[in-house]
Amino acid sequence: MIPEIGHFALIITLAIAIVQAIFPILGVSLNKPQWVALARPTARAQFLFVSISFACLLYAFVTSDFSVKLVANNSHTQMPLIYKVSSLWGNHEGSLLLWSLILAGWGLAVSIFSRSIPPVMLARVMSVMGMVAIGFLLFLIVTSNPFERLPFPPVEGRTLNPLLQDFGLAVHPPMLYMGYVGFSVAFSFAIAAMLGGKLDAAWARWARPWTNIAWIFLTGGITLGSWWAYYELGWGGWWFWDPVENSSLLPWIAGTALVHSLAVTEKRAAFKSWTVLLAILAFSLSLLGTFLVRSGVLTSVHSFAADPERGLFILIFLGVVIGGSLTLYAARAPKLQSTGRFDLVSREVGLLVNNVTLAILTLTVLLGTLYPLIIDALGSGKISVGPPYFNNISIPLGTVLFLSMGVGLFLRWKKDSPERLMKKLLLPANLAIIIAIFAPMFFGKEFSWRVSLGLLLASWVALTALIWFAAQGRSLFVKPLSAWGAMLGHVGMAVAVTGITLTSMYSTEKDVRLELNSSYEVAGYAFKFIKMEDRKGENFTATRATVDISKEGKSFITLYPEKRNYGPGTMPMTEAGIDPGFFRDLFIALGEPLGKDAWSFRIYHKPFVRWIWLGGILIALGGLLAAFDGRYRRTRKVFLKEKANRQTSNKGAAA
Amino acid sequence: MKARQKRLIFVLLGVVAVIGASFLINKAMQGNFYKLYTPQEVLAGEVPTGQTIRIGGLVKEGSLKRSDTELEARFVVLDKHKNEVTIVTNKILPDLFKEGKSQIARGILKADGIFYAEEVLAKHDANYMPEEMKDIVTEQHTPVKDGVK
Repeated sequence: MIPEIGHFALIITLAIAIVQAIFPILGVSLNKPQWVALARPTARAQFLFVSISFACLLYAFVTSDFSVKLVANNSHTQMPLIYKVSSLWGNHEGSLLLWSLILAGWGLAVSIFSRSIPPVMLARVMSVMGMVAIGFLLFLIVTSNPFERLPFPPVEGRTLNPLLQDFGLAVHPPMLYMGYVGFSVAFSFAIAAMLGGKLDAAWARWARPWTNIAWIFLTGGITLGSWWAYYELGWGGWWFWDPVENSSLLPWIAGTALVHSLAVTEKRAAFKSWTVLLAILAFSLSLLGTFLVRSGVLTSVHSFAADPERGLFILIFLGVVIGGSLTLYAARAPKLQSTGRFDLVSREVGLLVNNVTLAILTLTVLLGTLYPLIIDALGSGKISVGPPYFNNISIPLGTVLFLSMGVGLFLRWKKDSPERLMKKLLLPANLAIIIAIFAPMFFGKEFSWRVSLGLLLASWVALTALIWFAAQGRSLFVKPLSAWGAMLGHVGMAVAVTGITLTSMYSTEKDVRLELNSSYEVAGYAFKFIKMEDRKGENFTATRATVDISKEGKSFITLYPEKRNYGPGTMPMTEAGIDPGFFRDLFIALGEPLGKDAWSFRIYHKPFVRWIWLGGILIALGGLLAAFDGRYRRTRKVFLKEKANRQTSNKGAAA
Repeated sequence: MKARQKRLIFVLLGVVAVIGASFLINKAMQGNFYKLYTPQEVLAGEVPTGQTIRIGGLVKEGSLKRSDTELEARFVVLDKHKNEVTIVTNKILPDLFKEGKSQIARGILKADGIFYAEEVLAKHDANYMPEEMKDIVTEQHTPVKDGVK
């Protein structure tokens, strides 16, 4: 009964979304205030009903109701509760329902925190969000019904892919979806602005915090994904340039450009049509990511099942969204005239360089990701694009980007003098060069220009951000939140780049064959294989190795890498033994038995690998602080005051 | 500076950006695409030696041999026409690597006809086969269903 309620609630959600998509926007053109006023209630009702639907499916998962096909295929009575919950989105149908829930959640949030937005604008925004919701709900109901029943329910479920039975998976997809779907808000604002033909500073001020928050979630989701891949996929990589990873990175890069170009639109009324284009691009890339992941055209850990019908549906949806919004853009963009004028040396140009570089990066990564599909479609063979392609692209583009990041902060809006700028930049430039030359010596390895370049850029970005930050605000201790945000965002990027540079260049990675009681030395650490044993976990059995690690003859930690077996029909899992540290990780993963008490092991020494994720956390934190800057709240207060004044004066006139 | 001069500078910057990007892509593409070949193509001599490529196929039953002293493993891959190529690797084989199952190896074909793999990938799910492998290992193409491929 409960699954049927869920299914029914989902259909009602679709009906509400249709009302939400049609009436408010039509009300604006036909001048019917009652229709315009539907924007808020429909958004809230949509959230209510999709929540009911989600709760019903969750109930089926928690109670292990195997008469529901999705539960039978993805859950198991012996799984811990947290994985029973997370297996809801560890599959195609459930993850789409989560997507719809999050979309409605963003709609609800906009309907609540929109008191300063004029009703006409809000009506348009809500209608566009309703249209996006229709697409996803139709997709769910028509091609991927999560509530499908089985005529003969099995006694036991087929369990969740063991790879996904992990805390990281419980949080990684919802985070990522919050980001993906969050860009639909920026997208809706952009479409609404084009429909209204007006895009002013107030518009940018409404759109900015929403974009920031979406971008934070995406940053967090990518960071989590990278961390999860590192410890759970078992082989210690933190980024593979896998097509699916790329499809989460693409909206992030576009989103980063958007966050910065919105600043120009807000402060200087420039880059207007470019900002709108970026908002369309960021959301389209989010949709493209969904298409690539869900359609099964790409081979990856993320593809659950290949189903051509579903792929076709998303492709059509993608075509409608991109085609429709670009057509609208072509018609309306000339109207969005940028009034702000600026000189060649100005912050606007700094941000322009940032945006152009990020746009080129987006396109080149996109090209590398789609190239195998294009080549295959043309019938010229099956290829895969190797990580060196992406590295060759990101190093030079990253260099331009990071150099401009340092300069950009110090630039003044509108017009700046090169002499003043030089004076400000002299100190950080010199310090960065010194660090780039001397820091690599500290590691005692041979000179590598990549390490020097990486450290030069990282210290340049970090130093400029810190020096700039010190001069902000009224005193040394009182700073506006937006300054905190910019500083943390830039420093976080520098921390991540330091981690990426040092991990990539100084890691030692060895696949070795170890017999019992023999040892192998990596970067001064001796890994000794002590024993092998079997153990039983909650819902798996495991073969566990005991490996003792010593440095200079002194044993300091014992790690237990293991192979887990989650029962018939599932794949074996490699659980690595990791000794995390601020400056280095030691990592050992168990391979296969090679006979004669010998096993294969993969041993890593990874300096500074934690910095990559620490950087991600700092960037997200920066975005969060910037989103809560006082001026966004002030806009609301001013608006409310004006409104109150208008109402009292109206009353006065009436009296 | 006059508005016209300024516009000219921006246009020039744009042109530089486009040229730079195409140069970059062109440079980055060289040698970083790994084409997928079948054992048949290897035997027919259609596969370039000495550059990184990929070979896909089924691991032949009973062909996996391990060294007694090193990590080295060697095995034979087959395609649907039973063409065979020997692969040697010094890396750990993935969890799902099994005789009789499909695999894709990335590495270099040397003049001795043996493929030296830097990485061996197995299909990553108990009932999932990489899309690009289907053509190589399936005996016959499955009939086209409902006009959808």
